[in-house]
Amino acid sequence: MPDGIAPNGADLAPEGQRIESAVRAVLGTMSGDLSVVEASLLAELEGLGRTVARAKQEIASLRVDDITLSHIPSATDELDAIVGHTAQATNEILDVCETLEGVATRVGGVEADALATAVTRIYEACSFQDITGQRIGKVVTALKAIEARVDQVVSRFGGAAGAAEQHAPPAPADPDETEGRRLANGPQLPGAGVSQADIDKLMADFD
Amino acid sequence: MLMDKNTSVLIVDDYKTMLRIIRNLLKQLDFENVEEATDGAEALAKMRAGNFGLVISDWNMAPMTGLDLLKEVRADARLKSTPFIMITAESKTENVVAAKAAGVSNYIVKPFNAETLRGKIEKVMANA
Repeated sequence: MPDGIAPNGADLAPEGQRIESAVRAVLGTMSGDLSVVEASLLAELEGLGRTVARAKQEIASLRVDDITLSHIPSATDELDAIVGHTAQATNEILDVCETLEGVATRVGGVEADALATAVTRIYEACSFQDITGQRIGKVVTALKAIEARVDQVVSRFGGAAGAAEQHAPPAPADPDETEGRRLANGPQLPGAGVSQADIDKLMADFD
Repeated sequence: MLMDKNTSVLIVDDYKTMLRIIRNLLKQLDFENVEEATDGAEALAKMRAGNFGLVISDWNMAPMTGLDLLKEVRADARLKSTPFIMITAESKTENVVAAKAAGVSNYIVKPFNAETLRGKIEKVMANA
């Protein structure tokens, strides 16, 4: 359980009392009858305070520790396992392809050509493992970013430590980041990147 | 168009499976003199120690990316004229533009097929 969050919103009851006290204090400073506008503003202030209190209670009930300590690490482990299993399977397929190439050499003729063509197509298809691995890597990075954001939201609602963090400047850019690293975005979703034909055209434009 | 099949080729990729696939495709094209590196830094060290006639590199590797490797190669007096093909999943226009600006010889987007690889190698070696 992160600091500042009590189970079942036990520390949230005083929140409502503080809001009520604040409203009463404002009321106490006013003399005479409240105007319609003043009454409306006070009602909105009270409503806003209750909304904040309710949000805090809901965040506390999210069991954020489950998300950051269990769900996300478990999900990233599963994704890593997928990469490992597909790599293993791909290597076994490549083993078989290399065996088939050996057979093709011994057979010769039209059969050898047919085998070589089939093996080439398998090689081409096996590059899926690289693409899926990179896509999964992007998902893992996104999950870790979500984990960090959840932690940040909880600490902001959790007390004074969160307030300090709220005003902290954004992390500075890494001065050692190269252009190659900055542009390393991984595979694009279908339709988002450019095709080989577009790349060829682009390359030709430079020549 | 003829390719010199005795050309020494360096393939660079952090996915061992991808290295194996490209090596096998090159073998089908009768390139037997093929070496491997798993990131830009290792590739640069091998290039400085050896004499490669063609580099085929991935982009997204650590600690040195393929683009960084390309820049190092083009900045090295002995290596700068080495034909350099980028094979990568990076398919944004800005990536292609950056690679071209850095002096890439040709650019193949993953997933690719054997015919595309053969065509680009032929083109690059013809211009070498």
